Amino acid sequence: MIAAIIVNTLTLTVRFAVALLIASLGEMYNQKAGIFNLGCEGIMSMGAFLGMLIPFAIGGAGEVPGYVNIMGLVAGTACGALMGLLFGIVVITFRAPQGIAGIGMQMFGVGLAGTFFRSYIGGSQSITGINATAIPVISKIPVIGEILFTHNAVVYFAYLMIPVCYYVMFKSPWGLHVRAVGTHPRAADSLGINVNRVRYESLVVGGAMAGFAGAFLTLCQAKMFTAGIIGGRGFIAVALVYFGQWHPIKIFLGALLFTFAQSLQTQIQIFVPQFQYYEFLTMLPYILVIVVLAFNRKSNRFGPAALGRPFNREMRV
Amino acid sequence: MGRFNEIKELRVENIVKRFPGVLATDHVSLTVGEHEILALVGENGAGKTTLMNIIMGLYQSDEGSMYINGEEVRFRSPNDAFDCGIGMVHQQYMLVPNMTVLENIALGMKECQKFAKVDLASVRKKVTEISTKYGLKVDPDAYIWQLAVGEQQRVELVKTLCLGAKFLILDEPTSALTPQETDELIALLSRMSKELSIIFISHKLNEVKALSQKVCILRHGAVVFEGNTKDYTPKEIAALMTGHEVETSANTEEPCEGKPALEIRDLCVKSDRDFLALDHFNLDVRQGEIVGLAGVSGNGQRELAQAINGLRRVESGSIRFFGTEISNMTPRQVIDLGMGYIPEERNIEGIVPSMSIKENMLLKDNETERFSKNHILKNKVIEKYTDDMREKFDIRSPNMFIAAGSLSGGNIQKVILAREIDRNPKFLVCVYPIRGLDMGAAEFIHKQLLALRNRGVGILLISEELEEIMNLSDRIAVICKGQNQKVLMRDEASTARLGILMAGVKEDE
Amino acid sequence: MNNYKLWYKVAVILAAIIVALFIGSVIIIAVGGNVVTTYWIILSMPFKNLRSICEVLTRMIPLMIIALGICVSSRCGINNIGAEGQMYMGVVASCAVAFATAGMPRMVAIPLCILAGAVAGGLYGFVPGFLKAKLEVSELLSTVMLNYVATQFYLFCIRVPLLDPQEKTGTPMSARLPDSASLHKFFRGASLHQGIILALALAVLVYILLFKTTWGYKMRAAGASSRAARYGGINVSKYLIIAMIISGACAGMAGSVELMGVQGRAMSGITSGYGFSGIVVALFGGLHPILVIPAAFCFGILLYSQVNLQILTAVPPNLVQTLQGAIILIIVSVQMVINNPYTEDRFRRRFFARAKREAR
Repeated sequence: MIAAIIVNTLTLTVRFAVALLIASLGEMYNQKAGIFNLGCEGIMSMGAFLGMLIPFAIGGAGEVPGYVNIMGLVAGTACGALMGLLFGIVVITFRAPQGIAGIGMQMFGVGLAGTFFRSYIGGSQSITGINATAIPVISKIPVIGEILFTHNAVVYFAYLMIPVCYYVMFKSPWGLHVRAVGTHPRAADSLGINVNRVRYESLVVGGAMAGFAGAFLTLCQAKMFTAGIIGGRGFIAVALVYFGQWHPIKIFLGALLFTFAQSLQTQIQIFVPQFQYYEFLTMLPYILVIVVLAFNRKSNRFGPAALGRPFNREMRV
Repeated sequence: MGRFNEIKELRVENIVKRFPGVLATDHVSLTVGEHEILALVGENGAGKTTLMNIIMGLYQSDEGSMYINGEEVRFRSPNDAFDCGIGMVHQQYMLVPNMTVLENIALGMKECQKFAKVDLASVRKKVTEISTKYGLKVDPDAYIWQLAVGEQQRVELVKTLCLGAKFLILDEPTSALTPQETDELIALLSRMSKELSIIFISHKLNEVKALSQKVCILRHGAVVFEGNTKDYTPKEIAALMTGHEVETSANTEEPCEGKPALEIRDLCVKSDRDFLALDHFNLDVRQGEIVGLAGVSGNGQRELAQAINGLRRVESGSIRFFGTEISNMTPRQVIDLGMGYIPEERNIEGIVPSMSIKENMLLKDNETERFSKNHILKNKVIEKYTDDMREKFDIRSPNMFIAAGSLSGGNIQKVILAREIDRNPKFLVCVYPIRGLDMGAAEFIHKQLLALRNRGVGILLISEELEEIMNLSDRIAVICKGQNQKVLMRDEASTARLGILMAGVKEDE
Repeated sequence: MNNYKLWYKVAVILAAIIVALFIGSVIIIAVGGNVVTTYWIILSMPFKNLRSICEVLTRMIPLMIIALGICVSSRCGINNIGAEGQMYMGVVASCAVAFATAGMPRMVAIPLCILAGAVAGGLYGFVPGFLKAKLEVSELLSTVMLNYVATQFYLFCIRVPLLDPQEKTGTPMSARLPDSASLHKFFRGASLHQGIILALALAVLVYILLFKTTWGYKMRAAGASSRAARYGGINVSKYLIIAMIISGACAGMAGSVELMGVQGRAMSGITSGYGFSGIVVALFGGLHPILVIPAAFCFGILLYSQVNLQILTAVPPNLVQTLQGAIILIIVSVQMVINNPYTEDRFRRRFFARAKREAR
């Protein structure tokens, strides 16, 4: 039975880590450019809502054509981009403190998603969503086949984003600008790079990815929506960026680790129903985040030095 | 490439720039011709950097116009300036620490930033080309944080030249260099002026004499003088800079024989970057004497002041204050023992900028009987005290309730000084006390320091200004790479001798 | 020209209110409600009769207490997002003590319960404070995580150790609190309870602490500029932790008071989001302990409207949470505009230039 739990957990980990991974990669762009976006949770909520709304509006709880589901993903992504832009207005143009503004964004996003959900959908509806399709042949490989190759297309697409993100951040011109802007904005400014514009762009990208992650959660994972469906994943995504030292590969490993902890906990609850203290299991991932943050201090030195500080060219040094 | 093949003449006319509450540039006009070197001189706050930032397109002028080769140009961003062939090396280097030299230069070269790829190969080619042409050796793959200050400056020069500069602006290029490195830079710039025109900002008048052909003096944002360098002596230029005969307080007392107040032995302190900022440092300061610590900034001065005041960990060695070992005590304990400290960054460290002047007076003494009883603050007493201090130390402000951060630099320093001196400290550590202040404020502060000394308080004066040190100190020590090179008596010291010691050359070699 | 500065501030605040109303209107329209009716319900229903005013005042109590704690922590430079979790801990501790002191005179039991709440909340606030001061862990992240941990712990407590033995439906909740641990109401039929005395007393205490004592001075200095505070000999780490303990204790007390004065037993969702609403109230009150009182009143009105919105309109009560988020975003933006000397200067020059042109 232990083997069954482990294999199940690993399979679910690969599938469910996507939401956390994509949101975290998006937040990586934000932070590398110098912005700390705690509103990730709110953006994911709206993405999740739209991911459910589109297929539900067209086909209710039944099957819908594939392109409708894709439209749901796209809608979530687009909304996320818009909300990233809104956050940018508050913290870049108005230079508001990013921590509290992030909490405001979170309340706004979660509240808005909840408001629209109760108004347009209401109750506890569900959708068919995007289902898993096992890849022929390789999914039959014992153990590994089940863990790695029995997921839906979006999951594979999402994992492809990892090398893409790596390349964009470290090899592309835009990535060069982002890194400069987050570490030494004055230097970038002196070379004619528009610091605030690059930061807006990173927020739009980050927001889009958070929106995508939220839509993935409803379309491919939970297949339904409630007000608290994100359950702190947005905040964990932000913490993961610190944990992963702003590097896509390490962030990927962190996402796997946390999702494993969460999946393990649900599997134990299913297989060992007589366990009386399941709340303590539910607590574990959150405590894990705190522990990881506590032991992470040294790495902060290599992070984006201008993180959290608004840029003002007119400010006399 | 670029809009102009060469820059025969750069002319600005009637430039005006305002910031809230201050006129930074006041109808400035100047001209630089072909292959000319112009020195832009003025005290801190005179508006030199602002003017150069306008020429570079970082600021937009409120009024006025700029002409290159007779054609009017408008710069909306540094890109426009680069396009016309103007390049600037800022006082604080504009290099991203965790990127390589190549990446930093590529950041500015728009043509190698294709859609999805950064063409580092062509950047490398260009860097090698410029490097050989001007004799500026740089390692393209080194990370900036690995390079020393002099190397970073070379990278900045290479970067500006790679971006196609035909006109160079240098802001205080020698502020972080030893006298020997300065000589090398001056020789380099002389060579480069055969092809480029140069404006350099400096307040070191001997460099101005050595390098420039024309000199232009700014005071309070306006041009007060323009002329040929060879026609004037440094003293005359200094007088023109400040507007009156330069009169500095001088310490003319006999050296004292007081008790040792501060004894530092074999002090080892780490910097923020984990290497040893102070390397077995030794120094003694007695009661009633001023010991000046000369040195190029960045050689451990900041870490020394912080270690003495409990703000930085001491790895090994000892600091004895009137016989008590104070290394690794908390700042509170050191303050309670009678140590006074005028910190380097007055705006951020010495005052809480958002609190009122009145509240800032309490920063160190809020728990004393004078200002509080049973932890309740004595409001009226505090207000009277602040008023007294404002008068005694000539702190100019409309009232005591305005935010301390909105005062001018000189007045902020006076607030800090008032607080420190009135506590009757047994000893005072001053770091760069007159940096950025006008002559009047500097005079005032020097007088206060001399008065303190004559009352029997020992003072450790850390400064970059050799004149200030030679005027005020009884004895002079030189710090280089975290070590005390030598201690000289006031009459034994000269700029040349101190310069050699500051560069780390042992005298008997 | 000091008048100009005042007009400028007023204009900016008015603009902010208009933006908030506008955002609210857009959402109301999007869910098919009537803007005027909705706002009328929100603003007028509280004043219909004594009972409705008391409902507002009852909500004001936990809002005020939590906001006062947030004033202390924010002014010391540490953002406490963990008030929800600290409140839950306060409820657990108070509940346990309430049962333990059953039968004792109210004068003894009630203060003990409130003390228990304060201690539990304070300890739970100590953790993120310590993590920030000694391990540089961002309090924004640690407090949010601790909220989730506390929620789970609370759910466990009301399901297992504190479970009401008479409860047959399986809903986790504690037994009814004994009379010795219940805060009496002032008027029959209206919900306002004695907790309001604690809230008002705390407001005065926090004001004195922050602005009249040396401890408050040191906390404010540490929050305004930790470097200068350190230079001045203030032990910033120590005061950071103290501020978090005070903030957590306040949230814990809010939990006690809500438990003993309103609900009468511990059940799920007892915090009603006060932990987050308290943050908005603190911001709205400019982090000033006395201004928090009217700010809490305004948000009491807003929170009370959730009940009426649900009954009388098609607008979901989640609108209130959305508005709170929007208000935070607006307040922090507006503060930067008001405090920015550059924008003020630019507007002043443009304003006076136009006036000069018109005068000619």
